[in-house]
Amino acid sequence: MSRELSSVLDHIEKISELDLDGVPPTSHVLDVENVLRPDEPRPSWPAERVLESAPDPADGGFRVPTPGQ
Amino acid sequence: MSADVLRMSAVEAAERVRAGDLGAAELFSAYRDRIQELDDRLGAFLWTADEPPRRDADAPLGQVPVAVKDLFCTDGVPTTAGSRILEGHRPLYTATAVRRLAAAGAPMLGKTNMDEFAMGSSNENSGYGIVRNPWDPERVPGGSSGGSAAAVAAGLAPWAIGTDTGGSIRQPGSLCGIVGLKPTYGAISRYGMVAFASSLDQCGPLTRTVTDATLLLRHLVGHDSCDSTSLGLPEEVRLPSRTDLKGLRFGVPRELGSDAEGVEAGVGEVFDRTIDRIAELGGEVVQVGLPHAPHGISAYYVIAPAEASSNLARYDGVRYGPRAGNGTLLDLYERTRAEGFGDEVKRRIMLGTFALSAGYYDAYYGRAQRVRTKIADDFRAAFGECDFVVTPTSPTVAFKLGERTDDPLAMYMADYCTVPMSLAGIPAVSIPAGLARPGDGGGPPGGLPVGFQIAGPAFSENGMLDAAFALEQAVGFDTTRAFL
Repeated sequence: MSRELSSVLDHIEKISELDLDGVPPTSHVLDVENVLRPDEPRPSWPAERVLESAPDPADGGFRVPTPGQ
Repeated sequence: MSADVLRMSAVEAAERVRAGDLGAAELFSAYRDRIQELDDRLGAFLWTADEPPRRDADAPLGQVPVAVKDLFCTDGVPTTAGSRILEGHRPLYTATAVRRLAAAGAPMLGKTNMDEFAMGSSNENSGYGIVRNPWDPERVPGGSSGGSAAAVAAGLAPWAIGTDTGGSIRQPGSLCGIVGLKPTYGAISRYGMVAFASSLDQCGPLTRTVTDATLLLRHLVGHDSCDSTSLGLPEEVRLPSRTDLKGLRFGVPRELGSDAEGVEAGVGEVFDRTIDRIAELGGEVVQVGLPHAPHGISAYYVIAPAEASSNLARYDGVRYGPRAGNGTLLDLYERTRAEGFGDEVKRRIMLGTFALSAGYYDAYYGRAQRVRTKIADDFRAAFGECDFVVTPTSPTVAFKLGERTDDPLAMYMADYCTVPMSLAGIPAVSIPAGLARPGDGGGPPGGLPVGFQIAGPAFSENGMLDAAFALEQAVGFDTTRAFL
């Protein structure tokens, strides 16, 4: 995998040849303005429904092993 | 069900159902039976739906069922994004795009196979097996929406939806000889789409005709309060009707034309012939420049993996999906990811993490985002000189299974002509334009499909699809030819 990553990085390096002085980085691709909506609370998923997908639910939460010594 | 019904476009089938000449249930079960009988030859479907309860046959989409890429979350229905790390996962909710189609009268037919987390151009990266191209089972269907493309091309689905991050709708559409549309970024809600690269991901249709794609688009677009980047389109989507291209200018970029790097001779010939067709239809063809487009792949393979490395951090074996490891928490994370992610996903997480790391951020991510600005500027300048930019969709026709799996960079180059539009956030559609022999000389005697890409400015979908329609009628490509 290191050989594959190296060949990809070598290709990517080509952008270092470009003169990008003064070019702003893209933050959002389209020219749009932010808008706000009213901040109204709405119900969220009940915990027991969310825990149905969990590999190891316990006591209303996600059980995980100890972070270690 | 008669072969005629299967061969009619989805729009025609919807009209027949709405007129009462065709039963919605009959249509659904005909496709489901075909999937059950024939899909072991392709591997396009990961899950098939039961027939939905009888619904309104007057709905605009006429109960014509739609195949859905397995990247879309579907309530209670397995959703894997092609990854073993989501094996058996059943989401709590349905993606907005899928809900909108169901509400407009297109129930889900099944979930389609795909490259894991939409990372790939051949559908060989799925955790659930490869998909074969119905034109030649020894070749790839393209990716990452390979299952959706193969299903539509083989007549196992009337139409389908997929997602396009750098070409994942257009390129498989091209390799399978069907229409693939990537709308303007933000036209369709991404809510419920498993995230790959959030600044690029966009849902879109894969269909046998431009009109089918347009009708699906009409019912997919719209702002969604669950996706703050969703905008919809500024005007209603109109079904296309143009019969000529008079008064329109088509720009052929010097950097992405028939003689661009890596474009096969046969693909170049079909492209040049299609340019002649545009002129015959009264369109004007001009040369334009996209000087930074050749750097699109470099910028894309920094930006997309960077976003992916952040988005995929959520797959850690804690909240959903399978879990591996039984020692410490670190052991759990490491083993869950080592076993759950495939090689390409691991490569991209490493690339992205590297590109975002302290000391390298400016050289990679910062520069790539500046290249992205330059590519968008190039398109803006080009659209000052033409209405649409046209290129081959893919530099090659469908390549052989296994041909590029050991060479990620060669695989990435499949998106050479589609990535620049994604980086610029603009809409682009691929239509089948003809057949060509592959560079390796193999394939079926008649050749393999070649896609022709038309790209327009942001929000120009109506005009772009109208032009694509006129060209589609003139080309007269038979999109039912690879039916199983």
